Amino acid sequence: MSDSVNELLLTGGRVIDPASGLDQIGDVLLRHGRIAAVGPDAARGAAPQAKRIDVSGQVVCPGLIDLHVHFREPGQTKKEDIASGAQCAARGGFTSVVCMPNTNPSLDSPATVALVLDRARTACVNVFTTGALTKGIAGEELASIGALAKAGVVALSDDGHCIQNNDLMRRACEYARMFGLPVMDHCQDYSLVRDGVMHEGWYSTMLGLAGWPSAGEEMIVARNILLAEQTGTPIHCQHMSAAGSVRLIREAKKRGVPISGEACSHHFTLTDAALAGSAEFWKTDGAELAQRLFAGRELPVWPSFHTHFKMNPPLRTAADREAILEGLADGTLEIIASDHAPHTETEKEQEFAYAPFGILGLEVELALSLTQLLHTGRMTLPALLAKLTCNPARFLKLPDQRGTLAVGAAGDVTVFDPNAVWISRREETASKSRNNPFHDWPLRGRPTLTIVGGQIAWERPQPW
Amino acid sequence: MTTTWNRHHLLDLQSLSAGEIITLLDAAREFKGVGQREIKKVPALRGKTVINLFVENSTRTRISFELAALRLSADVINFDANVSSLKKGETLKDTVRNLEALNADFIILRHSASGAPHFLARFARSHVINAGDGSHEHPSQGLLDVFTIREHKPRPDGTLKGLKVSIIGDILFSRVARSDIWALTRLGAEVTLCGPSTLVPAHFERMGCRVTHRIEEALDGADVVNFLRIQQERQGSAMFPNIGEFASLFGLTQSRAKRLKPDCLIMHPGPINRGVELESELADGNQSVILEQVTNGLAVRMAILYLLNGAANGS
Repeated sequence: MSDSVNELLLTGGRVIDPASGLDQIGDVLLRHGRIAAVGPDAARGAAPQAKRIDVSGQVVCPGLIDLHVHFREPGQTKKEDIASGAQCAARGGFTSVVCMPNTNPSLDSPATVALVLDRARTACVNVFTTGALTKGIAGEELASIGALAKAGVVALSDDGHCIQNNDLMRRACEYARMFGLPVMDHCQDYSLVRDGVMHEGWYSTMLGLAGWPSAGEEMIVARNILLAEQTGTPIHCQHMSAAGSVRLIREAKKRGVPISGEACSHHFTLTDAALAGSAEFWKTDGAELAQRLFAGRELPVWPSFHTHFKMNPPLRTAADREAILEGLADGTLEIIASDHAPHTETEKEQEFAYAPFGILGLEVELALSLTQLLHTGRMTLPALLAKLTCNPARFLKLPDQRGTLAVGAAGDVTVFDPNAVWISRREETASKSRNNPFHDWPLRGRPTLTIVGGQIAWERPQPW
Repeated sequence: MTTTWNRHHLLDLQSLSAGEIITLLDAAREFKGVGQREIKKVPALRGKTVINLFVENSTRTRISFELAALRLSADVINFDANVSSLKKGETLKDTVRNLEALNADFIILRHSASGAPHFLARFARSHVINAGDGSHEHPSQGLLDVFTIREHKPRPDGTLKGLKVSIIGDILFSRVARSDIWALTRLGAEVTLCGPSTLVPAHFERMGCRVTHRIEEALDGADVVNFLRIQQERQGSAMFPNIGEFASLFGLTQSRAKRLKPDCLIMHPGPINRGVELESELADGNQSVILEQVTNGLAVRMAILYLLNGAANGS
């Protein structure tokens, strides 16, 4: 882009802005880092020297937002850091991400938040951060929420941990309200989950692994519904994995309770059958996927007890997966996230019970969402994109009309091909880690161009 | 119904076919004969190195595997995890790579984490034998149990078709239960599981078992009753009020034993909690085959080592 003009014109794409309901072939003009014009006439306003990119055949939408990532900085930068995590985001079509606070030290003080935001300045996408609800995310006493708000966090969470003391959670919600900060919760009742490492059900019984029962999540979702109702503070239930959680949220929302839920792409794609190995998965819960994605191709192979399928909350049953897909389709779950959780191979190459929870996600999230929700006919593209753009932006009250293509909004734009079929490979990543369970999977839909603040943050090499 | 053995590792019984199980049992029968000879040693594994890698404590299984390897003329090393580098933070993967650098041919792994042998098999060149992993499986125990049953209740086709076998006690945390269930159901036995509802969740029905919480239903009409120990070390929370109540509901007493068919076998993988799972008189009585199980375990483990070593090129 020429410095003197600083204009970028995307021409001929299918422009979708879920916030305004726009869905038509047209152009998007970016000027000085902001959206300058959108629509069939947008090109008219462009300077002759504007950089022009032909995006016909592609979808152009507001930059995708993922409000649930772990970039491991400070303290665990062997797994990831803010720069490498941001590159994953850009490669995945995400222009904004929100970091979780379970770093080392945790993001429970203005100093660590300042460090994250300082690193964020040079990252290739917008990196926002949460602050911890409690000191050291230990669930015992409130963190300095006022100071965290002043330091610039966009939400509060103890993610990775869950406040067990209901009174403390109530007070945290009440207190956070004063600063207008939304509260996000990792829903896990420790007394029920204990040392569980996978969903408690048939496969945990067969594999002899300690079970993480659905009720361990549902119990806290129910608690959060009651506390959101009591305090009036919106509570966002992170990474919903169980059918009962979706049902609880659906019922509560009908009553107008300020509760929301997010779904992660692995939870609406995989199930606990994957823990018994690829042969079992493709024969059972993965049979439909095998037919739809792999017709004629060799199926990926992995052994039983593979730790790339270990995350918290765990993969659950086909019925849970179906409930999450339904919850997304009917609007119960408004937000899609990755829970991008890098771990080194050394950490993951352990006995199943000893390996840490978590998998990569940013680089496959859009493709999995399209594969599972658009290409199955469950959702329209604008409805799906709302869960990756305006819904998280609205929930977080992100500045500069992010998540929309409104004129004057931050110039964050994602361009993707919804139909391109590509193979996800473990080694093809910007992450420092390799814990991607979708190795060798053909996925349908992939980003081509990620624009942050009017500048190209990442671009797929031509030809698209 | 036998089949050619071509597996490199023995990780679980769940993945074995009936034919493979019968092949193992038939080989074990040959080795049981060896154990009754004056000279109990054969040269099948001469020059091979067997490592007993027992990351979780065990005495009887380790001794049985050790003796099995010695009787096949292998060199045996017992690796004691309590004094090893694993205590110093070395990973299992590094430990095994070190052992393989010493040209170990077999690694017999006992581990408290379910799936540890499967993890090891992903990178090990040597033969991995699962000697019990967490609550998952204990394949050699499952094989010796069906071997013992088959000796007493032979069928012409080598299976256990139609035999009624009840497994009683702690099923949830028991690796023996899972290996028994797979071996028994593959061979056609009808399996009943019995124990407190906290320790016998309904998911086990999907393994093809009947589940009951009344011991009378498990005893009546059974051809075999197999009692499993309460795995107190794996139970973090109260699964039943106390051991006394467990014994009163699920223990085999003399009076309850009267319900058993006269030729019903009483089994227990050991170690027995006398007076809890079963009364002493019954453990030592004429229906008990508990010590035969131990003898047969040796033969089964010789068969496992022998077949994995490659029966085709063996003696």
